[in-house]
Amino acid sequence: MEFKTFVFYFLAVIMVLAALRVITARNPVHAALFLVLTFFNAGGIWLLLEAEFLAIVLVMVYVGAVMVLFLFVVMMLDINLDRIREGFWSYLPVGALVGILMLVEMVMVLGGSYFGLEAMPAPAAAAESYSNTRELGRVLYTDYVYPFELASLVLLVAMVAAVALTLRKRKGLKSIPPSEQVAVKREGRVELVKMQAEKED
Amino acid sequence: MEAMLQPIADFFGPSWIAIWTLVKIIAIIAPLMICVAYLTLAERKVIGYMQVRIGPNRVGPKGLLQPLADGVKLLFKEIIVPSGSNKGLFILGPILALAPSLAAWAVIPFDDGLVLANVNAGLLFILAITSLEVYGVIVAGWASNSKYPFLGAMRASAQMVSYEVSMGFALICVLLISASLNLSDIVTSQGAGRFADMGLGFLSWNWLPLFPMFVVYLISGIAETNRAPFDVVEGEAEVVAGHMVEYSGMTFALFFLAEYANMILVSILTSILFLGGWLSPVGFLPDGFHWLALKTAAILFIFLWARATFPRFRYDHIMRLGWKVFIPVTLVWVFVVAVWMMSPLSIWS
Repeated sequence: MEFKTFVFYFLAVIMVLAALRVITARNPVHAALFLVLTFFNAGGIWLLLEAEFLAIVLVMVYVGAVMVLFLFVVMMLDINLDRIREGFWSYLPVGALVGILMLVEMVMVLGGSYFGLEAMPAPAAAAESYSNTRELGRVLYTDYVYPFELASLVLLVAMVAAVALTLRKRKGLKSIPPSEQVAVKREGRVELVKMQAEKED
Repeated sequence: MEAMLQPIADFFGPSWIAIWTLVKIIAIIAPLMICVAYLTLAERKVIGYMQVRIGPNRVGPKGLLQPLADGVKLLFKEIIVPSGSNKGLFILGPILALAPSLAAWAVIPFDDGLVLANVNAGLLFILAITSLEVYGVIVAGWASNSKYPFLGAMRASAQMVSYEVSMGFALICVLLISASLNLSDIVTSQGAGRFADMGLGFLSWNWLPLFPMFVVYLISGIAETNRAPFDVVEGEAEVVAGHMVEYSGMTFALFFLAEYANMILVSILTSILFLGGWLSPVGFLPDGFHWLALKTAAILFIFLWARATFPRFRYDHIMRLGWKVFIPVTLVWVFVVAVWMMSPLSIWS
């Protein structure tokens, strides 16, 4: 077996098993950590496909930032497993429908005559000096700069909206704004007074 | 070298590449671990002298065997797993803390061509791997099933995620002016320029045109490694030792190793990105690994110096510094550098 094939199966097996554990693990923190493992292995497989920029960004954004906050929330929630299990049978038809749809799509992509390996052959091997990051950057900031900027604006609006929805001003808090605190000068706090020495006589 | 190793390579056949890479990995990790051990001694000595004490001087000549004694002590201590903890994750936590700080060394260039993996996207790789460091702290804090570790873990995740952003922007400036993500190329690009031609190489390095970024990167690096004065994660006066409260023996030692390995990593990265890596500061001296080692040691000294000098920041002040000071400064400077590069005044061609 070629070394590359071995690496692919190694990553793929771990990834599929971890993905299975995401939905079967009883403990939500375990499930979130298995999702981290899944993402990490997906990054490895993308590296094999010579898409190093996507692979590294997947690890950086999803594993390094999104999942950290996700884990943060899951750890603090008091999740009652029995209550979640109650709705299992009523949600099953919808879930099964989504699952079957995804299965059909995958079969179409992998085995169908429209999207199969014959219709879409693998791209030619890239040259030695080919840099995935450079190529992506070039395309993103020249040909697709308008959609790219639009997408970033949409994200910004979503961010501002999320902050605006959750920002509450509570009255009666005793905390001091740190920006005022670090701006304090000695003159504002201590006053040196020149006075005659007090003498007892 | 290649010809000398050929007979051994033939003996091992196709598995030779794996074995040879393993040998290289050990050649990086083993000296690193010795550096970590002696960094702990250096820290105690430096802080000792700064506080007009002598520091450890009992074990071996001048106390030089102290790290070995500490290591042996930690190795032979019992590892206590709290009965209410999540056992698997409790053991996994320290491993998750140490692994990324070692993995990041794969792309660090020590000299011209002396690098384990000369990856094109080396800088991105470093960013991705170091962003995994926070998992060790979070997993350890949660698996301990105890209040202080959990508080420490929450502080850690908020702090490390915040300072990663400003570090990332500082790196974007470096990437802009060197037009490469490859760490070796970043170093070589600092060796060219008007001052380098005059024999004053140290004025051509990135620290001068990117001075605000250099400062931001250094301070964010201290915050990212949870070192004093940003050490609220373990803050012994507030949360006793944060995520490490329940750990003993070797499991505790792994956190310790990870922290110091991270310090060395951030220092060597600062030297590579801003201080010209292995390049010599003046024209008449040859380049070489010793310059990189010297620069890294100098930045490590700043880490220790800061610890002995500043009182611990309060948590809301740390957050304000990260989000309201560093991120605006770095954002503006990315813009300034981009405009500078496009203007006729550009010093990078």
